[in-house]
Amino acid sequence: MIGSAHLAGVVGARLVAASGITIPHIDYTAILPELILLGGMLLLLAAAALSPRPLPTEAYATATVGLATASLVTSLVLWRDVTDRGPLTTVAHSIDVDGFALFFLVTISCILVVAPMLGAGYLRRERISGPEYYVLALISGSGAMFMASANDLVLVFLGLEILSIPLYVLAGLDHRREASGEAAMKYFVLGAFSSAIFVYGIALTYGATGSTNLAEIGAFLARNVVTSDGVLIGGLGLLLVGFAFKVAAVPFHMWTPDVYQGAPTPATGFMAAMAKAGGFAALLRVFVSTFPSLRSSWQPVVFVLAALTLLVGAVVAVVQSDVKRMLSYSSINHAGFVLLGLQAATARGVAGSLYYVFTYGLVVLGSFAVVSLVGGSGEDRHDLARFRGLGRRQPVIATAFAVLLLAQAGAPFTTGFFAKLYVVEAAAAAHSYLLAAIAMGSAAIAAFFYLRVVFLMFSDAGAAAPAGEGATARAVEAARPAGIEPAGAAGGSWVPEPSGAVATMVAPVTRSAAADARSVSSGVVALDVSGEPPVATSPWILAGLGICVAVTVVFGVWPQPLVEFAHQATLLF
Amino acid sequence: MSVHASWYLTLAALLFTIGAVGLLVRRNVLVMFMCIELMLNAANLTFVTFARALNDIGGQVAVFFVLVVAAAEVVVGLGIIVAIFRRKVGATADDAHLLKG
Amino acid sequence: MIHAAFLIPLFPLVGFAVLAPFGRKLGNPLAGWIATLLVAASFVVTVLVFVALFRIAPAHRSVTEPWFDWISVDRLRVGAGLLVDPLSLTMASFVTGVSALIHLYSIGYMRHDEQFPKFFTYLNLFVFSMLMLVLADNFVLSFLGWEGVGVCSYFLIAFWFDRAEAASAGKKAMIFNRIGDAGFLLGIFLVFERTGSVQYTTVFARLGHVGTPSLVAIALLLFLGAVGKSAQIPLFPWLADAMAGPTPVSALIHAATMVTAGVYLMCRINPVLHLAPDAAHVIAWVGVATAFVGATSACAQDDIKKVLAYSTVSQLGYMFLAAGSGAYVAAIFLMLTHAFYKALLFLGAGSVIHAMDEDQDIKNMGGLAKLMPITGVTFLVGWLSIAGVPPFSGFWSKGDVLQNAWAVTPALWAIGAVTAALTAYYMGREYFLVFQGQRRWVEARPEASHGPEHGESYTARGLHPHDPTWHMSVPLVVLAALAVLGGLVNLPFHPSLVFLERWLSPVVGATLLQHHFSAGAEWLFALVDAALAILGVAVAAALWRKSSDRPALEPRFLSMAWWVDAAEDRLVARTGEALASFTATVVESRVVDGAVNGVASLVRTTGERLRRVQSGYVRSYALGLTAGVVVLLAYLLVRVGS
Repeated sequence: MIGSAHLAGVVGARLVAASGITIPHIDYTAILPELILLGGMLLLLAAAALSPRPLPTEAYATATVGLATASLVTSLVLWRDVTDRGPLTTVAHSIDVDGFALFFLVTISCILVVAPMLGAGYLRRERISGPEYYVLALISGSGAMFMASANDLVLVFLGLEILSIPLYVLAGLDHRREASGEAAMKYFVLGAFSSAIFVYGIALTYGATGSTNLAEIGAFLARNVVTSDGVLIGGLGLLLVGFAFKVAAVPFHMWTPDVYQGAPTPATGFMAAMAKAGGFAALLRVFVSTFPSLRSSWQPVVFVLAALTLLVGAVVAVVQSDVKRMLSYSSINHAGFVLLGLQAATARGVAGSLYYVFTYGLVVLGSFAVVSLVGGSGEDRHDLARFRGLGRRQPVIATAFAVLLLAQAGAPFTTGFFAKLYVVEAAAAAHSYLLAAIAMGSAAIAAFFYLRVVFLMFSDAGAAAPAGEGATARAVEAARPAGIEPAGAAGGSWVPEPSGAVATMVAPVTRSAAADARSVSSGVVALDVSGEPPVATSPWILAGLGICVAVTVVFGVWPQPLVEFAHQATLLF
Repeated sequence: MSVHASWYLTLAALLFTIGAVGLLVRRNVLVMFMCIELMLNAANLTFVTFARALNDIGGQVAVFFVLVVAAAEVVVGLGIIVAIFRRKVGATADDAHLLKG
Repeated sequence: MIHAAFLIPLFPLVGFAVLAPFGRKLGNPLAGWIATLLVAASFVVTVLVFVALFRIAPAHRSVTEPWFDWISVDRLRVGAGLLVDPLSLTMASFVTGVSALIHLYSIGYMRHDEQFPKFFTYLNLFVFSMLMLVLADNFVLSFLGWEGVGVCSYFLIAFWFDRAEAASAGKKAMIFNRIGDAGFLLGIFLVFERTGSVQYTTVFARLGHVGTPSLVAIALLLFLGAVGKSAQIPLFPWLADAMAGPTPVSALIHAATMVTAGVYLMCRINPVLHLAPDAAHVIAWVGVATAFVGATSACAQDDIKKVLAYSTVSQLGYMFLAAGSGAYVAAIFLMLTHAFYKALLFLGAGSVIHAMDEDQDIKNMGGLAKLMPITGVTFLVGWLSIAGVPPFSGFWSKGDVLQNAWAVTPALWAIGAVTAALTAYYMGREYFLVFQGQRRWVEARPEASHGPEHGESYTARGLHPHDPTWHMSVPLVVLAALAVLGGLVNLPFHPSLVFLERWLSPVVGATLLQHHFSAGAEWLFALVDAALAILGVAVAAALWRKSSDRPALEPRFLSMAWWVDAAEDRLVARTGEALASFTATVVESRVVDGAVNGVASLVRTTGERLRRVQSGYVRSYALGLTAGVVVLLAYLLVRVGS
């Protein structure tokens, strides 16, 4: 058996040698994190296909968390090897596992650890069974990992597609909702469009430099002073467009709010975290380490992109009344901050961007998880009014959300503060004072809509009238599962004062409905409710949220280790 | 008689532009999708042309990757399109505008 | 064993961490016992570390115990670490020791208070902060402790926050301290700017490269911090008001430990003061002036605790006099003995206040010595110590300060000596009014008595003054013993007896101004000191033993503490209020709000316009994308072409 395999190997090698092609050596340990994700993904698929009964979504979640943890550990072990012995290069120099790549491998693994925890409860509630969510997340994560460690534009493209295609499907995962399908279609059409532009950019760059390998392109550019080659500059511009689309930089952002809003909420959080991680990994590597000599060309463009991204993201988010959509615009604003580090194009700037991507990834996952909880079954409760009084109804969830929102606003003692501080500082150090000022201005605008939600959550429920009409409907909805028709509530609005008698009539009914819901649902705990339908939490999502909040606060108070990690990562470029 | 490489490149650029414009003006999602394929193939033509001009096999190899990715995209894309437009027969891309603002 | 130093602040921190969430459940008295035992444990560790440090050769008695990098931004590197040296350990040992005793006392004193656990939570947090202040190896960490003690002081002064007077006293303490803190912060900034470090040892090693004007500025800015924290002219009025807090707080924070932080800081930066003699002179003169103003003010107070408060101001003035004269050992010596006898006096006062059913007016007391023998005797010891009657501890420490002041200039000595006599006098006045003479409380007590805060609740029922429970008596006796014997740590007779000086010499030896007087001169100083003390005692006895009503000796000018508080209120507070109301009504509502609202509506309208671009049609998004590509490429290619 072994002998024949050996023979086949020898014959194969001969054949290859005869045809003049050498199969590149592959160092499997260098790509072990990706292999773990992909192999595990296949196992998940096989298990789903072979098991006689449908497995519960939590089983898949557990497996995914395990796989992601394994890949996290592997990445950290590789990090130690790389710091000791220098970067690993494999598959004919098209993969370069260096400190920079490993920082993203760790980031992506962390996202993959948390995302299943935050998604499982939602999938159960929306009755989306099967392993799809997890399988797609794993593929997408491996794609992002390939992007991070790619040292060849073709591999960057492959990684980009491996990252994106599962995301298209994830956006449309909830085929019962029309919005989900629309999001998938929009994302897919625009994503494919931008991919085509990106590939054309690669082709032009290849033509101008003679290679798709980043190291060789870098060497070519170091040898030849080409600042006026239209083909090269055009290719560079198209590459930038491809990346800018992926990370949702203005004006290539227009898909973002629609897709984020339409996609199933946990998928939105995952998308925001993962696409930014993968996109920025490749963007930073290609532009800062491969095209530094063309900096005078791309830096002004990135300047404009960053400024627009910062301002449009913040300004349009202000006028949103749908929290999910607001967070989508806010993610655009965050992308602008990360671009700040790229525009600076210094080691400090890149380190700042890395820190930002890591911390934002966990913050955004947690934020959208809370939105998915409050959004309730069928995702029709995303407007601001639903968050009113959440602090009293769901103190734990509301506090977690408040911490995450404050982190997004850049409040001290959260990672968001240091993230913003580092990139703005890097921009200022690189003399991009105008951009630093724009960034701070946009942060001030952004603080408004984050704090508005925090304020709403901790202000008294039902204090303002606009919630009135909706509240009636909600009371009806809440009562329905238990088979009780709150006849008294149907007529009048029950939160404002005039019909106080009706309110007292309905309140016990609603509460008993909640109690019934609690006894009916197994494994899902329905918490207390007064005026709003129950927000169903599960240990899974609480654990996931706990991780997000803990990381946000711990590294917000003590950023040193993470800063050091990011800094080392840029040193080991 | 040999055709100069720049002609191929010009042709590729033209194809790419036609694809892009087609995407903008056509309402049928399938046709829009075909336009994207056109753009990808324009990129492929560019790859091949440069590979030939540079006498480098790398560009031709890249074409295979692009083709494979395009195929994968088609699979997923058609799946998504079918999933959406199953409920609305004869719908165009413009009929999906639930999400906006 | 020195590595165990981290346990010293850790124990009280643990106490705080346990009591803050669970204090209420642990209840009374368990919460108090936990707090007390943890501080006592901290004291034990301090003693062990002390012994360990003692075993090291004197030249190496400065050990830095780094923990972790706390803040690291660019050039600024702030570590969290402890500096274990004779100075910090001396401070730490008396802070933990006196704190442990006062914790014990508080278990008795606060036993009827509903907020009993909260009180101990704050006390533990205070002890932790104070220890961080003292043990920190850099300015920033010290500042953290500095602010921590300030906050705890605020919490504890305003502990009975439902009393308007306590609440406003808390605020006042906070505000006066903030003024000083600003100076401290600016001082730290300047230190960092000039030396590139905030770590004590590094900073002191680099002082050679710093110009004298900068050194003077650093010293004076840090001194401003000390002025606020240690209640010196002109920032002393808060300390008298701080007496609104529970008496153990007055004893611990506003007499024995926190207020001495400023003196500690001056001793810590002795290398700076050495190189900036002008600043040192300012410190000495401010110190002696405060000593005099405090002592005179104390002569005319009727509140048993306010006498002690002004006395504390005065004694702190002495310490600054010593530090400004370069006599750091004398400053620490006085601080140490002062901690013993002033804590003793405050705790005695607390015992009296308890016995008098919360009345604090000494004019309403009298003849308590027979009824409260323990309190009476220990208070007597405290009085004689602070008065400087030989052989009590105050005699030795104050004598040391005055000698060193003479060496700088006899004028400083003269004012100091007069103040010493005044000290003996006003404390004598208090002793006689409280413990001797007629029992003014036996008679039917006035319905509306003195003091706005306590006057309202008196009934005609009689009082039965008696000594307190053992929790309160034990600290009194221990502190009395220390007040008697405290002088032993630094006796001037023979070089082998100046333990404290030799112990501290690794820290201050290089900068200590050595004034060696002849044996004759030393005896002369001692005789003059003793004579002044006895004079003060005798005058007090003559005047106040029999009478309690001598308005001529209590002019309003002195009872109002030289009108300093009133003047500051007029000049600073009123002006500030006027400015604030102008800002609030004109600047805030018109200019600021206008600008903010303008920007907000601009953002809103822009946002509304921009969101319309987001039409929902995928093809229009593709168009936007394409337009972006075209503009981007056009820009790049035009640049290439040109």
